[in-house]
Amino acid sequence: MVQSLDRSQGRSGALSASGTTAPTFTGNRALQLEEKLIFEMGQPGRCGVDLPEPPKVADRLNGLRRRGAIGLPGLAEPQVVQHYTRLSQKNYAIDMGLYPLGSCTMKHNPRLNEKIARLPGFADVHPLQPQSTVQGAFELIDELARWLKTLTGMPAVAMSPAAGAHGEMCGMMAIAAALHARGESQRKTVLVPESAHGTNPATAAALGFVVKPIPATDDGHVDVAALKAALGPDVAAIMLTNPNTCGLFERDIRDVADAVHAVGAYFYCDGANYNAIVGRVRPGDLGVDCMHINLHKTFSTPHGGGGPGSGPVVLSDRLAAYAPRPWIVRDAQGWRAAEEGASVDGQPLGRLKAFHGQMGMFTRALAYMMSHGSDGLKQVAEDAVLSANYVMARLSVEMTPAFGGPCMHEALFDDSFLKDTGVSTLDFAKAMIDEGFHPMTMYFPLVVHGALLIEPTETQPKESLDQFCDALLHLARKAKTGTAVEEFRAAPTMAPRRRLDETLAARKPVLRWKPSNNPPTDAPTRQAAE
Amino acid sequence: MRYLPLTDADRSEMLSVIGVRSVDELFRDVPEAARLKGKIDGLADHMGELEVDRALSAMAAKNRAAGAGPFFVGAGAYKHHVPSSVDHLIQRGEFLTSYTPYQPEITQGTLQYLFEFQTQIALLTGMDVANASMYDASTGAAEAVLMANRVTRRAKAILSGGLHPQYRAVIETTARWQGFTAVGAAPDATGIEDLAAQVDKDTSCVVVQNPSVFGHVRDLSPLAKACHDAGALLIVVVTEIVSLGLLTPPGEMGADIVVAEGQSLGVGLNFGGPYVGLFATRDKFVRQMPGRLVGETVDADGQRGFVLTLSTREQHIRREKATSNICTNSGLCALAFTIHLTLLGEAGFTRLAALNHTTAVKTADALAQVKGVSVLNSAFFNEFTVRLPKPAAPVVERLAAKGVLGGVPVSRLIPDDPAVADLLLVAATETVTDADIAAFARALQEVL
Repeated sequence: MVQSLDRSQGRSGALSASGTTAPTFTGNRALQLEEKLIFEMGQPGRCGVDLPEPPKVADRLNGLRRRGAIGLPGLAEPQVVQHYTRLSQKNYAIDMGLYPLGSCTMKHNPRLNEKIARLPGFADVHPLQPQSTVQGAFELIDELARWLKTLTGMPAVAMSPAAGAHGEMCGMMAIAAALHARGESQRKTVLVPESAHGTNPATAAALGFVVKPIPATDDGHVDVAALKAALGPDVAAIMLTNPNTCGLFERDIRDVADAVHAVGAYFYCDGANYNAIVGRVRPGDLGVDCMHINLHKTFSTPHGGGGPGSGPVVLSDRLAAYAPRPWIVRDAQGWRAAEEGASVDGQPLGRLKAFHGQMGMFTRALAYMMSHGSDGLKQVAEDAVLSANYVMARLSVEMTPAFGGPCMHEALFDDSFLKDTGVSTLDFAKAMIDEGFHPMTMYFPLVVHGALLIEPTETQPKESLDQFCDALLHLARKAKTGTAVEEFRAAPTMAPRRRLDETLAARKPVLRWKPSNNPPTDAPTRQAAE
Repeated sequence: MRYLPLTDADRSEMLSVIGVRSVDELFRDVPEAARLKGKIDGLADHMGELEVDRALSAMAAKNRAAGAGPFFVGAGAYKHHVPSSVDHLIQRGEFLTSYTPYQPEITQGTLQYLFEFQTQIALLTGMDVANASMYDASTGAAEAVLMANRVTRRAKAILSGGLHPQYRAVIETTARWQGFTAVGAAPDATGIEDLAAQVDKDTSCVVVQNPSVFGHVRDLSPLAKACHDAGALLIVVVTEIVSLGLLTPPGEMGADIVVAEGQSLGVGLNFGGPYVGLFATRDKFVRQMPGRLVGETVDADGQRGFVLTLSTREQHIRREKATSNICTNSGLCALAFTIHLTLLGEAGFTRLAALNHTTAVKTADALAQVKGVSVLNSAFFNEFTVRLPKPAAPVVERLAAKGVLGGVPVSRLIPDDPAVADLLLVAATETVTDADIAAFARALQEVL
């Protein structure tokens, strides 16, 4: 199909044949409004704020005043509000329904937490104002730390990492620091199961470790025999996700921990899937030396379109001395942050981030924890696991679970139910979009062919789980008829956009708007669909 | 429990569909010894909204908010007025409760604002291209050094004495554990440092902050030339993004990588985080960049759309060969930033910058009138350094007791260095009134 596109007008939908309805004059489709870029909307006479005229004083800029315009567009406040409101309506969100992105834990984000984070006593305090004026902020961090330590059964926690991957960096640095202190920096091997998140090998490699992949068994667990065979005096650590990325609990975890410790190595646990066991199992009872906790997963701080996150790291006695600065201490004068030491060489680990960590995430996470309490968090894990197993049981009628037996918080399927249908995992996922669902995680973990990883979480009512299962069963049956291949390959047809050309995006990167990106308005060009 | 929709009837029906008698059977892979029989001890049971709100509001009330009185604290985080519509818009559930736009067909909202954000950052910094954000500028600075090491295949970074000491600590920590050399210069309180002579053929980059942590504004062109002559990159750190409404952007002075903190626009103080790291570079280095990138493309109907792109740099594709281990960025803070900047536009942003500068000039002039106090800066934006006749840390405490938060004592950032013990960093933004300045000068006179 050949389509003309007038990019500068931003209303190319008028010429599009997408969807089932006739094209409209505006390109809009009822509530779905086409929206230009801000750079295509600005007018020099417009501004969305009113600021006073600065007083006339001689500047002290040493002749370094900016020459020439920046190029920012001018919009009035109503235009700005409309622009972002229209953009928001092109997004799927947890607030709209089931968001079964496996491994990402897209659960309900309570609005109480947003309110708490915005209290002026938390949101409008500076990280470097006198410590006597922020006693409540330190108290909150310490209280959150107490919850994290108690829940995990671990003696220490480093609060400053900004996200899960940053927490991994913190934990693996602590391991490197501990090995250095032991005079065993020659340990350079880190064992990482093939099913691990990509951040695990990336983190280990960044720290100069040599990553040695450990295979999975046919039942989706880490191959314990292969792991033990790989252990030796060169091994610094193992990085193991538990529950693992196949949604299974590593039942031999104690055995693994003992074997790892026996050769003098450390056990890093990736806590991305802690949601499945929170309140019910303490990682400290499993022999873990350190584990990051994604507050944006288990403790429901909002994912925000890709962050910010927060990744505190709980540490065992063996690693507690190697936490990064700052840490919170309490003495006769009250709370205080131990922020600075001498040089890095004088410190066990150093500093991973300016200031004290992701305070705005701490407030939300603590509000979430207190709302659930010890009893409710246990119920969180149970309902998350129950919901995943329910989805697995219902979908197994038409779809093919990757492994037998119960799962933890996520249900993993392979693509063998699509074999010979001409429909791929990708096509199947895209068809879900037209049915009103966000797709599951696809093609991960890598150890399963055409993986479909579904994490319903504990915050969906049974009615919504049932509707989701009914829709997927319908799609699976439709795929198997063999008569709907083109329909699947064309999906989605009702979303704000149809499938996007990612190859074009990578081959000829256009990473910013420039006036020259756009052809003159009177000369529509033919586009890549040619 | 209000966040858990399953009823007991639902649970028993679901168990029977699964074919097990109890939820315990689903946890059968957990070792017997690690299975907790009841709930975890030492933590309270669930609470209603009212109780949680009451408990946490009490904690918040123990803190002195920046807006509660005269406020001059900066050093990498700045108090600015954020228009009301910013926070309203970022709380729309479609933004707040969405995730990384892995499915572009149903995340065009996030992708388009990130594309606009990338463009704004490139314009502000005077660079070719920017990514979709980093955790913050301190971690971004460390990533910039790693990037420079990849580009130059060298492993020595030179850190300016005007770089924020906590940023320096982050880079030094990264250097120590990721295996490169970071050479730090002595604190440059007077803004006269010249690093050009130190740049040699082993140098991968020089990291310099402008305005510096002491507030000095300098022309970096000569340093850029020295770097480029030696085959090294110039990394410019900007902790106050509003300064680029008034100052020559780093890109025009020859920067190869610009790392900036975006906290000043839209985000707020938040006791240090979350913030938003801005990261920009030259086109030729784009494939060595860390972090997510959004690019323009077309859909199957030829309509313009946006996708995450060049992801072959990233950990989820490249694993141990990735340019960085970063997964999450700071999406919602980037949204707050871009909305605030869109509201400001060219006219508002440049006026905001001018207001900050004139307010700081008035503040500096008022403090210079206080006996025994001298301002060290000849050029600055909205923050400057004063020398007091006695150690600054106790002075700041005494000012706080008088209701004035009068800045950051340098000794908080650089302890145990007598050369900086009497120095105080003072920031003044558009939120500071003439009455605030008068109150500060009066209180300072009283406590000295």
